Amino acid sequence: MTLLDASDLRRVYGDSCGDCVELTGDAAGTNQCPECGAVVACADVSLDVEPGEVLGIVGESGSGKSSVAELLALERATDGQASGDVRLDGHDGNLLDADYETRHRLRNGAVGLVHQHVRDGLNLEFTGGGNVAEKLLAAGWRNFGDVRDRVRDLFEETEVPVERMDDPTETYSGGMQRRVQIARALATDPDVVILDEPTTGLDVSVQARVLDMFRRIQREEDVAAVVVSHDLGVVRLLADRTLVMRHGRVVETGLTDRVMEDPHHEYTQTLINSVI
Amino acid sequence: MTDVLTVEGLTKTFDMHALGDKQVVGLDDVSFTVRRGEFLAIVGESGSGKSSLLKCLYRTYEPTAGSTVYHPADADLATCDDRTVMAIRDSTLGYASQFLDEIPRVPAIDVVARPLMERGTPAAQARDRARELLDALGLPEELWEAYPATFSGGERQRVNLAQALAPEPELLLLDEPTSALDPETRTAAIELLSESTDAETTVVGVFHDRDVVERVADRVAVLDGGELQRVVPVAEFAAEEEEEVVA
Repeated sequence: MTLLDASDLRRVYGDSCGDCVELTGDAAGTNQCPECGAVVACADVSLDVEPGEVLGIVGESGSGKSSVAELLALERATDGQASGDVRLDGHDGNLLDADYETRHRLRNGAVGLVHQHVRDGLNLEFTGGGNVAEKLLAAGWRNFGDVRDRVRDLFEETEVPVERMDDPTETYSGGMQRRVQIARALATDPDVVILDEPTTGLDVSVQARVLDMFRRIQREEDVAAVVVSHDLGVVRLLADRTLVMRHGRVVETGLTDRVMEDPHHEYTQTLINSVI
Repeated sequence: MTDVLTVEGLTKTFDMHALGDKQVVGLDDVSFTVRRGEFLAIVGESGSGKSSLLKCLYRTYEPTAGSTVYHPADADLATCDDRTVMAIRDSTLGYASQFLDEIPRVPAIDVVARPLMERGTPAAQARDRARELLDALGLPEELWEAYPATFSGGERQRVNLAQALAPEPELLLLDEPTSALDPETRTAAIELLSESTDAETTVVGVFHDRDVVERVADRVAVLDGGELQRVVPVAEFAAEEEEEVVA
């Protein structure tokens, strides 16, 4: 059974001449159109995720990973032109074409996103608890006591000190802010969570604890996830299957251990050999 | 006797793009069958393709040609889709590499218990089974709750072997699981492995040590330069050695 089914995801920045997708990509060696200069952040990206499965997306900076993550999380481009087809089990039609209300409801329910940049995901002037409560309120929770209890449970689950829940989020450490983001993403028991660079900017020891925490919750709740990272170690630890992206295209896909130990594409071989 | 695995024409070549698209042959047209409940040892010099063969069977390497039909799931592991491989790995097919590919910051006992819990065994029961196995392999009790990252090679290898044996897979692929063990622990490991195969687990194992092969194997497959030379009963393999010594 397929939970999340995405096909032909594409995002282009700039005024496209119409031939940009043909003129860019892995074979062309660039994601910028030589004719018109538009940037094809991603194109021809198709993937699917089953319930409880973790899909990894790896690639260097600018390979299009975050663009794919945003489309999967139904965050339509505020700039650039996005297209594609994203379907979620139990919901009708192409959700990228759905009206704002529907996408808003899904983003506050069935789909959770952990942004690469904390500021995109959290209001740092709000309290940590408030950031998580906001998601619950948007999803229709109304009882103050229930919201409070749920936030407290999520803080415990994601190992954020509960006694800090009424402090402004900007007073939290980087690791705590990341945990609050994960708590927020998980608040409404989503079917799938999209994590964009979940450990970037954290100390190695803090990275490890955040990954441990997420791996534990993912298994316990059996929630599906898409983990985007330039760090092969993160994907190796979390993902069942892995996509490798370059110049806005998927160049290789397979079981994570197969991709890591028997990389086929020239770029994947370089990537694996570059690990320090 | 029924077969668990039928391997035909298994071939693996690696394209090394950084070396000017050089092709390296790992396995060349390897065919054999594995019978239910047997212990098949794979032997050969370093670089003869032993580990490549196991990795192809587990699909960590994607075979270039050939088929490996895994009868319990009625699937060709060489060509079936990734989800089918995942489902087979999660249910009846086990693999243990020479080195523990540990998940960081998980205590030894949970490393061993986890595969059982993932198959639905309650945590307490899974941990009991893990204790039993770690005890049988002689891992000191004070290490059970510690993280294997700091363990010695031999200690890690015991955790690794216990983890592989815990879920009692139908087919277990082992890559030199006793290489770092001292003689006493090795004997304990061999006894455990023999008991496991008696209990209907089929084992395909790569071994360097002839002595171990002669103690655990039913049949021996000899690899040389990626080609399968022969598959012989262990008695014949042992006799060959004596002839070589005499000669």
